[in-house]
Amino acid sequence: MELLIMLLTVFVLAIYVGFEVITKVPPTLHTPLMSGSNAISGITIIGALLAAGMLGQDYPMAAKVLGTVALVFATINVVGGFLVTDRMLRMFRKR
Amino acid sequence: MLPQAAVNLAYLVAAVLFILDLKWMSHPRTAVRGNRAGAIGMLIAVLATLMGPEWSSYGGEGIGWDMILIGLAIGSLIGAFAALKIKMTSMPELVGLFNGFGGMASVLVAAAAIVAAMATDFSTLQPDDARITQMLVATVLSALIGSVTLFGSYVAFGKLAEFLAVKWKLHPWQKAIKYGFILLILGTAGWYALQRASADQLDVYAILVVASAVLMSVVLLAKSDTLPWLNALKLASLLGAIALGIVVVNQARAIDPNLFTTTGGAVLLQDQGPFWALVAVAGLLGVCLTFSIGGADMPVVIALLNSYSGIAAAATGFVINNNALIISGALVGASGIILTNIMCKAMNRSLLNVIFARLGPSADTPDADEVYKNVKSTSADEIAMMLETCERVVIVPGYGMAVAQAQHAVRDFANLIHEKYGCQVEYAVHPVAGRMPGHMNVLLAEANVPYDQLKEMDETNSTIEQADMALVVGANDVVNPVARTDPNSAIAGMPIIDVDRARTVVVIKRSLSPGFAGIPNPLFAMDNTLMFFNDGKDAFVEIIEAVKES
Repeated sequence: MELLIMLLTVFVLAIYVGFEVITKVPPTLHTPLMSGSNAISGITIIGALLAAGMLGQDYPMAAKVLGTVALVFATINVVGGFLVTDRMLRMFRKR
Repeated sequence: MLPQAAVNLAYLVAAVLFILDLKWMSHPRTAVRGNRAGAIGMLIAVLATLMGPEWSSYGGEGIGWDMILIGLAIGSLIGAFAALKIKMTSMPELVGLFNGFGGMASVLVAAAAIVAAMATDFSTLQPDDARITQMLVATVLSALIGSVTLFGSYVAFGKLAEFLAVKWKLHPWQKAIKYGFILLILGTAGWYALQRASADQLDVYAILVVASAVLMSVVLLAKSDTLPWLNALKLASLLGAIALGIVVVNQARAIDPNLFTTTGGAVLLQDQGPFWALVAVAGLLGVCLTFSIGGADMPVVIALLNSYSGIAAAATGFVINNNALIISGALVGASGIILTNIMCKAMNRSLLNVIFARLGPSADTPDADEVYKNVKSTSADEIAMMLETCERVVIVPGYGMAVAQAQHAVRDFANLIHEKYGCQVEYAVHPVAGRMPGHMNVLLAEANVPYDQLKEMDETNSTIEQADMALVVGANDVVNPVARTDPNSAIAGMPIIDVDRARTVVVIKRSLSPGFAGIPNPLFAMDNTLMFFNDGKDAFVEIIEAVKES
């Protein structure tokens, strides 16, 4: 129970940080904000890595397969998301 | 191998870098650096995970690199290819798709956790141990929100790429995606049902999976997005998903307590059936929620799905007790909620109204022929002549500019009249112009329009009376003065760009067809308005020629 409360605390505080920081992003940058934050939500890659790479006789094959597919999608999200955001933001900066 | 404390510290560093990423997004000068900080944070989180101590659970003997390398390689290749090849006009489709991938990853990680939990030795836990409940609740939320995000994003992608809910003939690639996806969900559901049947477990949960897949296919095959029973299906699938979630969570309590003490390798979940039924019904909910959304509301939906993908990631964090996931997911969730809110305000509609109702003409909408009887049309030469005396020109872009790929021609035009006549040019961008938040700004930035010429709606409106010409290209509802004047109109109260207050208005548009709201626009027939009926790009090419010759 204590663990859950601690995790909830982190969650709620992070939402407040998010609100504070993101309200300052100008509308002009809303598209890169979306693709960039989308790349950040690719953090599920951590869970996917653990699920895909776990070894051991107690670890079922089905979980490994599910984890690997999850890893592919999370990696697309992370790599594609950061790259496309970089591409867009460089267009805003150059002149 | 690093101790758990070191890994957690690395996650903290990653989380701080993500916050800096979003903080530096507040200005174009620092935004590139911000994005790179985020990427470095992600790298740190991945490396820390790979070096962490968790790999020794399940009596493991290290890391299975084969699957990890395969997954990373395939994902990186596809991601990099998509990111570098995509056209800026197709950015909404790409972001929609990426949202869905995030949801997909959350569902699958939750599923892997459930499958692994079934094989875990829980002999040290009591059946009422809070950890079991937490894990199950989080798994349910992760699967539910993840599945809604995945299927909702697919529908949003399909509507943006114009192959869902349309009547016209599809390109072969559109057919391949549309029917391929339907075959995939039907095939998966059928395969699952056969598996269950051969294990003698063909129960109500397996039937729910098949029924959801069939209903999804029916909706996805529809050629119109005004299905009368869609709202009922939305509610039914929402209630169904919640009920199934409760079933999954309660399974832990139904376990015979003796299992925990006698067998050692006790089972957390006897049956995955309710879990997969939950994924399927939540997917149906995602399809229904997004399918009826009209073109004008697309920016809201994309922002909402963005928020969901973050909340799904945070829920996954509760499944595997990981702060990095929870913080990042919360940040993204907050970002999506803020954008959704901004988009709703920019249309003067509530979120519930966007999801359950449709924008459309009301019964007393004036007849288009009546409204348009005094429309005056003009030519490139006439526009060029008027420009000679203009000191200040405001360009108002809309989705039509993106469709015509006119952004480069618009920029050339702006440069030319600035050099030749010393005109001051600015661009007034409505928050919901285009198909996603900030869509127009990205296109104009691609065409090298300076950042300081991109103005927000309020800024332009406060000075629009001094504009000699307002040039509307491919926008309609966002410049319709009816929003201010007619309280019964479909767009009443929506903030608009007040181009009608400029000295002259030139509207570049292919025809007098209505915008997403389906109502006529009296702006087109005003005394100071001239219509230039043309494709967005051709129009500017012709005007440029005319200005050069004059």
